[in-house]
Amino acid sequence: MGPMSRFSLDNSYKAVVIGGSAGSFQGITKILSQLPKTFPLPIIMCLHRLKHVRNGFVEALSIKSVFPVTEPYDKEQIKKGGVYLAPSNYHMSVELGNYFAMSTEEMINNSRPSIDITLGTAAYVYRDKLIGILLSGANRDGGLGMKHIHDKGGLTIVQEPTECMIDTMPKAALSLTKIDHVLKVDEIVSLMKELDKHYK
Amino acid sequence: MVQDIDIADLKRITELIYSKYGYDFRNYAMSSFKRRILRIIELKNLSIESLLKKLNDSPAFINEFLDELTVNVTEMFRDPSFWRVMRDEIIPGILLNHKTFNIWHAGCSSGEEVISMAILLKEMGIHNDVSLYATDLDVNILEKAKTASYPAKNMDLNEKNYIRFEGKWSLRDYYKEENGRVTFDKNLYNNVTFRKHDLVVGEIFNKFDLILCRNVMIYFNQALQNEVLKKFHESLFKYGYLAIGSKESLIWCDVANRFLVANNEEKVYKKIKD
Repeated sequence: MGPMSRFSLDNSYKAVVIGGSAGSFQGITKILSQLPKTFPLPIIMCLHRLKHVRNGFVEALSIKSVFPVTEPYDKEQIKKGGVYLAPSNYHMSVELGNYFAMSTEEMINNSRPSIDITLGTAAYVYRDKLIGILLSGANRDGGLGMKHIHDKGGLTIVQEPTECMIDTMPKAALSLTKIDHVLKVDEIVSLMKELDKHYK
Repeated sequence: MVQDIDIADLKRITELIYSKYGYDFRNYAMSSFKRRILRIIELKNLSIESLLKKLNDSPAFINEFLDELTVNVTEMFRDPSFWRVMRDEIIPGILLNHKTFNIWHAGCSSGEEVISMAILLKEMGIHNDVSLYATDLDVNILEKAKTASYPAKNMDLNEKNYIRFEGKWSLRDYYKEENGRVTFDKNLYNNVTFRKHDLVVGEIFNKFDLILCRNVMIYFNQALQNEVLKKFHESLFKYGYLAIGSKESLIWCDVANRFLVANNEEKVYKKIKD
C-alpha cells in the first residue's frame, strides 16, 4: 500500500474546516501555501486570535496562501475556492443554505470566535461530507466540535501532538471522540493533495 | 441534557411566541437562535415540551425568556476605531447642517453603546444639543440599561477600549465604584429616552440624523435584514447616517442604492435618496 491510499478519500466532501490556537500559525500557513491550485472545496478556518486586533491577521495568512483569505461578512455565501477566516470578536456559524452567520454571544472556553461553534455548525450542515482538522492549541476549544463532526460521519484529523507547540487542543479532541487520522502538517498537506485528485 | 433541537421544534416555539405574544422570531438566523434555546433549556432545566408548556401557560415567563433569548453581550466603545470615526468624521458632518439632532440606538441592550455615545458627545461639548433614543424589545434589559450600573469587572475591557478611542480623560471620571459595581453619572442620560421597541414588528416612531444598529441584525436572516433596513431608511432624514456592525453589509439589500458608503472600514452609510 502506497502512501496515496492510506486516507481512503472520495469526491463526496463539501468543505474542510480547520481549528487552531497557540502555535498553529506556522502549520496553517504551510497548508494554505501548498494547496493545489484546483483545490475543490471551501476552507473554513476558526483560529483563536487577539480580540482587539481586527486587522493584520488575514493579511499575514494571505501572503503565502494559494487562495486569498477573507473574513466573510454575515450571511455571505460559502463558495468553492474560498478560504474563510472567522473574524475577531465574533462567533462564526455555518448555516443551512451554505452561508455564514456571525454572532456576538458569550465567549465559550474563554474564546470568541469559538472553534466548537464553527466546527459544530459546519458538522450540522455538511454532515458526513465534512473534513475537520484541529491543530496546535493551548485550550480545550474544538474538541466538542470534532466530536460533532465524527458523530455526523465526517472525517476527523488532528495534528500529531508531538509536533504541536502546545498539544492541549488535539489531545482534548483525542480524549473526546474518535479521530480518524493523527497527522503531521506535511501529511495533512499530502491528504489535501490526494483529495484534490479525487475531484478530477 | 438536550443535545440538539429539530427545526420542527424551533418552529413550534417561534409560532407559539408569535401567536400568543406577538414577538416574531420566525426569521431569526437559525444556528444562533437554536443555541439560545438550548441555553435556556439548560439554564432553566427544561425540555422542549416543558418549555412550550411554560410559554403557553405562564405569560409572566415571557419577559424572562426574552431576556435570556436576546444576546446581551456588549462593550463600551466596542471597535474603538469606529468611535473615532464617529467623533472625527460623522458627527462633525451632521453638525455642518444641524446644531441639534437625533440619534437612535436600535437594539441598545444593556446600554453600553448609549453610555459611549453620551461620553463622546460630552467630550465634543455638544451633549445638550443631541437627543438620544435607545430601544430594545427586552424590557428587563432596558431597566438594567436605565440604571447605568455595571459589574466593576467589565470595566477593564471598557477602559482599554476608551484608551484606544483616545478619549479626553479616563473612563473612571464618569463613574463611581461601590461593592463591585460601577454607576455612571446620571447626567450622561439627561437627553436619553429609553423605550421598548421591536425592530421586527415595531412601527417607525421618529426621524433621525444618525441610527446605530451594530451587531443586532446578524441575528436575523437575510429577508428580515432587508425589511428592517427599509425601516431604517425611512426613519432617517435625507443625508442622515446609518452605522452597522463591522461584519455586516448593505450590499445585498433593496435600499442599498439609496445609501452611499461614508466609511467602509467602519461600515457607516449615508442616505442620499428618499
